[in-house]
Amino acid sequence: MRWNTIDYTGWGRVLGVSGPVARPERLSTLKATLADRPAPAIGNRRSYGDACLNGEGAVIDMTRMDRIISFDRDTGVVEVEAGITIADLARLFAPQGWLPAVMPGTGFATVGGCIAHDVHGKNHHNAGSFGQHVLSMTLLHGDKRTVATPTKNKTLFRATMGGLGQTGVIASATLQMKPCVGDVMMVTERRAEDWDEFLSLLDGSSATYTVGWIDAAATGDKLGRGILEEAELAAGLVPAPKPSKKIPLDAPGFVLSAPVVKLFNSRYYRRVPAAGRSTVKPIDDFFFPLDKIHDWNRLYGKRGFHQFQAVVPLNAAPALRDMLDLIAGSQLASPLAVLKRMGPGRAGHMSFPMEGYTLAVDFPARPAALELIEMLDGMAADAGGRVYLAKDALADGASVKAMYPEHADWARTVNKADPDHHMETDMTRRLGLRSAT
Amino acid sequence: MNQSMDQTWIILGATSSMARAFARRVAADGATVLLAGRDMEDLRKTAGDLVARGGQAEALAFDARKPDSFAPILARAEQEAGQINAAVFVGSMPDQAVIDADPTLIDGVVTDSFTGPAHLLQMLAPVIEARGCGDIVGVGSVAGDRGRVGNYVYGAAKAGFATYLSGLRNRLTRAGGHVVTVKPGFVDTAMTWGIEGMFLVASPDQVAGEILNAVTKGKNVVYTPFFWRYIMLIIRMIPEPVFKKMSI
Repeated sequence: MRWNTIDYTGWGRVLGVSGPVARPERLSTLKATLADRPAPAIGNRRSYGDACLNGEGAVIDMTRMDRIISFDRDTGVVEVEAGITIADLARLFAPQGWLPAVMPGTGFATVGGCIAHDVHGKNHHNAGSFGQHVLSMTLLHGDKRTVATPTKNKTLFRATMGGLGQTGVIASATLQMKPCVGDVMMVTERRAEDWDEFLSLLDGSSATYTVGWIDAAATGDKLGRGILEEAELAAGLVPAPKPSKKIPLDAPGFVLSAPVVKLFNSRYYRRVPAAGRSTVKPIDDFFFPLDKIHDWNRLYGKRGFHQFQAVVPLNAAPALRDMLDLIAGSQLASPLAVLKRMGPGRAGHMSFPMEGYTLAVDFPARPAALELIEMLDGMAADAGGRVYLAKDALADGASVKAMYPEHADWARTVNKADPDHHMETDMTRRLGLRSAT
Repeated sequence: MNQSMDQTWIILGATSSMARAFARRVAADGATVLLAGRDMEDLRKTAGDLVARGGQAEALAFDARKPDSFAPILARAEQEAGQINAAVFVGSMPDQAVIDADPTLIDGVVTDSFTGPAHLLQMLAPVIEARGCGDIVGVGSVAGDRGRVGNYVYGAAKAGFATYLSGLRNRLTRAGGHVVTVKPGFVDTAMTWGIEGMFLVASPDQVAGEILNAVTKGKNVVYTPFFWRYIMLIIRMIPEPVFKKMSI
């Protein structure tokens, strides 16, 4: 098996390493690779920080293992190799009446990555997390092959959902998809004039899919204003897809300077009429709005960016408002900011979701932003919330362990599955996650 | 869509990523796909993938070094009505240094990259002639355009294969068949992964799309991506007294 030494980064492009990468195209090669040198698996590297980096070892790029192993048209059960992307599944199966039950905000995420972060989508409040729709998965570690399901090897299964790849390489998984009446979305957009209105719109929404864009630059009376998008799957004519665009170069810093962001956000807010509006969109446009702009992370320039995402319990909404107040006052946020209400659904010890509100905000990587994010991490912890490891590059280990109450159980299971710590990544080392205390 | 309903594609060396991408495209067009190669477990997976995507496919054993494996593939293809096509993606490229140390390896490289698939195509030719139609895609390599110190045994085998394809094209044209010779430049596959000095690398899917396009348009010899035609034109024009001292 050939190892190729390449430079690779997380999606935020702040953290990057140079190291050996294998990219098997078949199971026999994957097995030979693991026998040669056990290493953690990575997918399309859509996690923002260092979850997909291994600067002290090697990684296995799974993106070429992207086949459908079996599909049952009647039940919507599909078994796939872990490198297939969510967008591929949606594109292939929506016309046949099935859709992945949970789809994260980028269609480039692989099934292996969705499991390793137990991702959530715009329907988390009613569908739960990705791992709750995994019926079975196959883990490889060294020359060992283990099949785990919610009932068989169930502790290992739970440790793998949201388990950052630490239990071994996820080779394949069986997913229960959900019926899908058509391949368009009926989307209703409404303005929320401030924080309180936004929360009450979120609380009152009965839509299957909801997501809120929040103007993280608006202050004072306008703090927390934004646009709530509610959507349902529908059948109808699909508008012709527009070709995707590319970002040809790293953008200069002023593109995301405070005045530009403020102007952009006001216009973006006013784009939706005060009375709201309804539109029909192709599935991809609603679920993966940014995927149309290839390499959009280059908009943040050479220095890259961080995303802060935390969830706090329902009763800690005022703390989240304080966090937004701090963010808005800093004038450091980019236009990409999202507010959602989550349900309780989660599949693993280290799964991010909890019932409450989640806020995600992007910041160009500047020293002031790093300080701000550290403060926000602390505020999330104090509010009884937690930060999302798929986005994290800055949190400290003790605080993360306190945010994830099942961490010690997870660490014990993982250390049994991977006693020689072959699956460690830069993230698990930075946070000391493999140590139970 | 579905313009290939009455077509069958035999794909030799179907475990490679380029072949996989090509198989997905012809299966999506409605062709029946016979995936031939050595790793049956892997071929069955690819067949399952094509079927789940709505296509028709099955896995068959093929080993360029075992001529006994050829006849069953042809027999299976002949069960299908309509046009029978073949795409050859096989070849092997051990490090030249390894061959230098063990010259007997040359036979294997020539069999894998040239004589084995040529043997099977030779058996297919009468079928194409009898049916009056059939497309053959032979994937060679730019390495066959000029022998270089880094991989001249592989290059020589591919040069032989290209000459064979040229003759086969000449023969089948008279009977309504067609042969496309494909010369990919650097493609991002398992074969090139981790090899130093790769540049202007194309994705397997991009190359597969260009191959299919060449078949549809009835092209004879295509370089993919196209600019390799000019790169190789320049490389072929370098006078031998100069070329022999170069290391490219």
